[in-house]
Amino acid sequence: MDTPKANADIFIVIPAYNEAERIGRVIRGLFEHGWKKIIVVDDGSSDATMMVAREAGALVIRHGSNRGQGASLQTGTELARNLGADVIIHFDGDGQFNASDIAGAVAKLKTEQLDVVLGSRFLDGRSRIPWLKRTILLPVARWINYALTGLKLSDVHNGFRVLSRRASTRICINQDRMAHNTEIPAQIKKYHLAWAEYPVEVIYFEPGQGVAGGLTILWDLFLGTFR
Amino acid sequence: MLIQILLILFFLLAIIKVIRRYQGGDLTRRAAFIWILFWVLAGVVVALPDSTFYLAHMLGVGRGADAIVYIALAGLFFLVFRLMVRVERLTKDITRFVRHEALAEAEKKITEQK
Repeated sequence: MDTPKANADIFIVIPAYNEAERIGRVIRGLFEHGWKKIIVVDDGSSDATMMVAREAGALVIRHGSNRGQGASLQTGTELARNLGADVIIHFDGDGQFNASDIAGAVAKLKTEQLDVVLGSRFLDGRSRIPWLKRTILLPVARWINYALTGLKLSDVHNGFRVLSRRASTRICINQDRMAHNTEIPAQIKKYHLAWAEYPVEVIYFEPGQGVAGGLTILWDLFLGTFR
Repeated sequence: MLIQILLILFFLLAIIKVIRRYQGGDLTRRAAFIWILFWVLAGVVVALPDSTFYLAHMLGVGRGADAIVYIALAGLFFLVFRLMVRVERLTKDITRFVRHEALAEAEKKITEQK
């Protein structure tokens, strides 16, 4: 693990919408792993997310109205950059990621001089992915993502990512909702950013996005082309 | 027929509304012209139903009424689509505004704490 001093310019950005029950545990877990700069973007929650996150020690920025996960990540990334971040980590607020994966991913970014490290559930056997997701939904989504972005990834729509400062200035998330997970690989390809995947563990509490969610993402991407 | 009179009255009201919106600055001259042309053509079709025959013949559709339904459907789809794109743009503008406010407030708080 990196020392706290080495972590000084590393910011973790967590988008959170009505996560009061889980966000405190996620933040404490990150502190325990030595990460000190944690930004929680409260996306207009109607519960106590902001209060819980603040009490847990995170820097909280709040959207006046619910704008979506993509919008929250962009807001958090911009704040981190304005505060002098050298490395920015996107991390989920529902506790599905393992904080112990961050150090290795950051080390990979630094030692290999990459711009982006993307988390993948398929590079080791730790994630217990539900059968339907593993055998049908994710392979189809992976194929669609490859067709749309040109980036061949072993995983798809994994919210764990590490960005260098350079990458955070090039990548601009315009997709406010969930389609940012497709938009980001497309921009990595477009701006010729150096990238790699890193094995991360995902713990499943809820089924996540199903077919309907996937169709909404495709529709958002389609509308996005007319901006 | 009564329906023809009612429809033409409705179209006239629509034209008056377009002119008022143009005078009020809500519509550009081009948009006002297109809308007036649209309602006038709709009036012609209602007043002289046989006029659609030429259009149908040109498009290769059997009946004039069918040609109007096809064109109306295509027009409606186009309008709905345009509206959706516009709503999407507005949504992006709201996000930009919300982000700007959030960042300003957060940075102000950080400065105060220092």
